[in-house]
Amino acid sequence: MSDHIVKAYDEDLANLKTMLAQMGGLAEDHLAKAIEALARRDTKLADYVIAQDEKIDALELQLEERAILTIAKRQPMARDLREIMVAIRIASDLERIGDLAKNIAKRSHAISEALPRKLATGLTRMGRLSLEQLKDVLDAYTTTDDAKALEVWRNDGELDALYNSIFRELLTYMMEDPRMIGPCTHLLFGAKNFERIGDHATNIAENIHYLVSGQTMREERPKKDTTSTTTFDSLNER
Amino acid sequence: MDTMIKTPVADSAPRIARERPLKIKARNVDVYYGEKHAINDLSIDIPDSAVSAFIGPSGCGKSTFLRSINRMNDTIPSCRVTGNIEIDGRDIYDRTLDVVQLRARIGMVFQKPNPFPKSIYENVAYGPRIHGFARNKTDLEEIVVTSLKKAGLFEEVKDRLDHSGTSLSGGQQQRLCIARAIAVNPEVILMDEPCSALDPIATARIEELIDELRQNFCIVIVTHSMQQAARVSQLTAFFHLGNLVEVGDTDDIFTAPKDKRTQDYITGRFG
Ligand SMILES: Nc1ncnc2c1ncn2[C@@H]1O[C@H](COP(=O)(O)OP(=O)(O)O)[C@@H](O)[C@H]1O
Ligand SMILES: [Mg+2]
Repeated sequence: MSDHIVKAYDEDLANLKTMLAQMGGLAEDHLAKAIEALARRDTKLADYVIAQDEKIDALELQLEERAILTIAKRQPMARDLREIMVAIRIASDLERIGDLAKNIAKRSHAISEALPRKLATGLTRMGRLSLEQLKDVLDAYTTTDDAKALEVWRNDGELDALYNSIFRELLTYMMEDPRMIGPCTHLLFGAKNFERIGDHATNIAENIHYLVSGQTMREERPKKDTTSTTTFDSLNER
Repeated sequence: MDTMIKTPVADSAPRIARERPLKIKARNVDVYYGEKHAINDLSIDIPDSAVSAFIGPSGCGKSTFLRSINRMNDTIPSCRVTGNIEIDGRDIYDRTLDVVQLRARIGMVFQKPNPFPKSIYENVAYGPRIHGFARNKTDLEEIVVTSLKKAGLFEEVKDRLDHSGTSLSGGQQQRLCIARAIAVNPEVILMDEPCSALDPIATARIEELIDELRQNFCIVIVTHSMQQAARVSQLTAFFHLGNLVEVGDTDDIFTAPKDKRTQDYITGRFG
């Protein structure tokens, strides 16, 4: 893309990108640490993630202000307009990812050691997968790589599938032993958080596609989360 | 018959052009000023009951093409127009066509408001009178009042219709010119940068007026303001160096233009 005749306009847009990159870096870092805190039951690390989240919140506010100011001053058109709109939307997704990472960190205390290993491993696998999705989609944004964004978008089904299997398994455990209900519920929420992080990464991928092409995604989302219709009866039928 | 015609007319026609009846159809139009080739092989479909905006850098031929729609270019000795322009299916360069009649069907509003140095009333009454639209004085009065109302000016001037048109403010003068244009009941209104000499409030009033008029007229507006084109038009055509680069629904042109030249121009980049 060639430069604007007004140089300060290029700087405004570059600024937004820089702030978004910072937010992305923080979100990625917090998510990685939350997963580690979960895997190692490291409360200090968890506390760090919880305390740091406000940084992301502050950056989002700042970015939004700058974006609004840029719209008011420059009256952006076409790709510039998409660039700014997409920055605002991605910032909001990153802020939510930060919140979800914080929530996972909070739960890492409660997800007790009493849980079967297999379940805990499933959860960390989901965590790593969501982190990968986040990394890939942020890469796709920095390099404005539509193909890569599309790949992230398609991969989201995997996270959903993992979530479904964890969900079913957890229900079975809880039915077998009511004492497991407490820790299992925390674990279930943790899994749901990773699944939601995947959804936000998918949102970001859709926005990258819109930024590059000016078109919204046509295909149906690769939604494979079927847990909203899963019943105890259907579990027993297996 | 349409096989010779190139894009952007034939395929991927804009939605607005498909929704409204076709009013102006230009095919393979070239305009020369002596040796100078000002419009190059231009084809476009302009819908009725809609506002079409022509945008592009200065000197790219917007006014030249606009003037070829009401044959104003005929008045420039060095100017030569080839190709085909039809309004409602009738070739407007047909030798048997009465140019005076044609211009009565096509109103024009210019960049600088140019009221006659006569009363407000006379400014509007002039056209209907010379074209014999009014049978008597009452008829004529009715036309003047209705036109001033349509142009959103009546309330402001009703007590001083005998004052000179030039005594009005710039924005009022421009609305007077619009009243004058619509008094002869045209089908097409051509506007060449009608707001460039006006302040933001006067501009907003004209834009509001254009939006109302679009129900009943085919409006073509040349504007240097991207925001104005985005606000008032449904179809946008981008001109560059005498070529029509891209035509599309306004909503698409300002959010996701297809051509890099359009993109560079509307976002304020070096071409
Ligand atoms: N009357 C004229 N005689 C000679 N050249 C003209 C005349 N009017 C316009 N041109 C030339 O034709 C080109 C297109 O001009 P114009 O249609 O006025 O552009 P725009 O309205 O897009 O600014 C320019 O290069 C201009 O210098
Ligand atoms: Mg001009």
